[in-house]
Amino acid sequence: MTSSSSRFLVTILLSMTTLRGDAKQFELPPLPYGYDALEPMISANTLTYHHDKHHAKYVNTMNSMIKGQSELESMETIEEILVHAHEQGNTGLFNNAAQSWNHEFYWNCMTPPSKSSSISEPPKNSQLSKMIQQSFGSYEEFVTQFTTAGNTAFGSGWAWLCYSIPQQKLIVTKTIGAGTPLTENSSSKAKVVIPILTMDVWEHAYYLDYQNARPTYTQTFLTKLVNWDFVGRNLKEAIEVGKDEL
Amino acid sequence: SAWSSLNMKAETGTTSRRNFGAAIAAGAAALVGAPDNAKAYDLPDLPYAFEALEPYIDTPTMKIHHDKHHATYVANINKATEGKDEVPILALQADAIEAGKPVRNNAGGHYNHAFFWQEMAPADEAAKMKPSAQLAELIDKSFGSMDEMKSQFEAAAAPGAVFGSGWVWVCVNQAGDELKIVGTPNQDNPLMKGVADEIMFPILGLDVWEHAYYLKYQNRRPEYVSNWWNVVNWDKISENCAYVVENHAGVSV
Repeated sequence: MTSSSSRFLVTILLSMTTLRGDAKQFELPPLPYGYDALEPMISANTLTYHHDKHHAKYVNTMNSMIKGQSELESMETIEEILVHAHEQGNTGLFNNAAQSWNHEFYWNCMTPPSKSSSISEPPKNSQLSKMIQQSFGSYEEFVTQFTTAGNTAFGSGWAWLCYSIPQQKLIVTKTIGAGTPLTENSSSKAKVVIPILTMDVWEHAYYLDYQNARPTYTQTFLTKLVNWDFVGRNLKEAIEVGKDEL
Repeated sequence: SAWSSLNMKAETGTTSRRNFGAAIAAGAAALVGAPDNAKAYDLPDLPYAFEALEPYIDTPTMKIHHDKHHATYVANINKATEGKDEVPILALQADAIEAGKPVRNNAGGHYNHAFFWQEMAPADEAAKMKPSAQLAELIDKSFGSMDEMKSQFEAAAAPGAVFGSGWVWVCVNQAGDELKIVGTPNQDNPLMKGVADEIMFPILGLDVWEHAYYLKYQNRRPEYVSNWWNVVNWDKISENCAYVVENHAGVSV
């Protein structure tokens, strides 16, 4: 990894709060907002189960799998652990580490919705807005691709908006289970893809509020709940890393 | 409609059911106006009311699971097989992976759910049932005891074992002399080539997709699984066992 890649990891992590305690165990980060902050789009009931049960379990299980393993305990970040687990074919550790990372990223991708009925979008003329236009042709096309990715991830999975370093543009991808684009950046190679936005489409993310109506959830997520400031900062960092890599 | 409830009560070996349904539909058309275009696959009615499996599986889950999730698989497999020769849904299982995702996901989804509804019964009825002598013998031979089978099944159904969406099955093996427990992802099942070590014939299966239990159990999948035994229709499981052992084929739905 180049030093700027390390800097990227640190920057992302400072805006996320998972920290190593003295016990070399990761802590479950709190939500960046109250449990009822995303109402009525996502209920407090959902967030309570999703964060306090699902996310907590992934972190606890990852911690139990790391405990006493000096190589893993010396890794600073969950990203390092999940990439290592992926390369080692350690599915159990990968699933729990990746889900720990994915969920923390997901919470930070959301922010309390505005009271107005208008659609929430990146600020006009922002770097992010322009990059979306360049990459997809129009904002509507981005919305279509991203929601389609979420709607068609069969079973449990995630939709992602990533910055592709080789293509120098944004791309939409989807992953299954605990899958994450981070595994495309093997620890021995340069970074190729940097996630800037994710949406959880495991049924537990939306079932209490939307039941089978996943498309309603994905549409609502993308038009009402996204923290475009966070996404914009992720893009800015990703472009910097990209410049260093090329 | 009245004829669809007749449809639903048909026995196993249901290749004829579709034709029966189609014939009735054609007759009914004269009375009620033009029916929908005859589709290859129908959403079967549940063999019981939506609330029949309470308190172990809640009414809203049964309603949404059947009327929305299963219905979507039926609609999608009809779309995916449009213009093709009509075959029973069982016949689509073996080569489902080779047939590509629309068939794999939706033929699997339709078969799995049709199979699932038939395996269950209201708890007071289920309580009076037990495995046939043949099934009990196979269980003891394969696992040691029913309790041991349930224990292994519950372990195979745990969130760490079937990670994400999937099913857990008790199957008769190819040789027809042993029961195996296997977990499968998404809507795959052991009848599909390439899913398990060999094609196997399910006699019992449990949906562990979150939609199967989330409204009542949320993250508590183990509780859903251990409660599920209360609604297993052991008469039907025993029938399934006899059928697959005798015919070396999967149960029709």
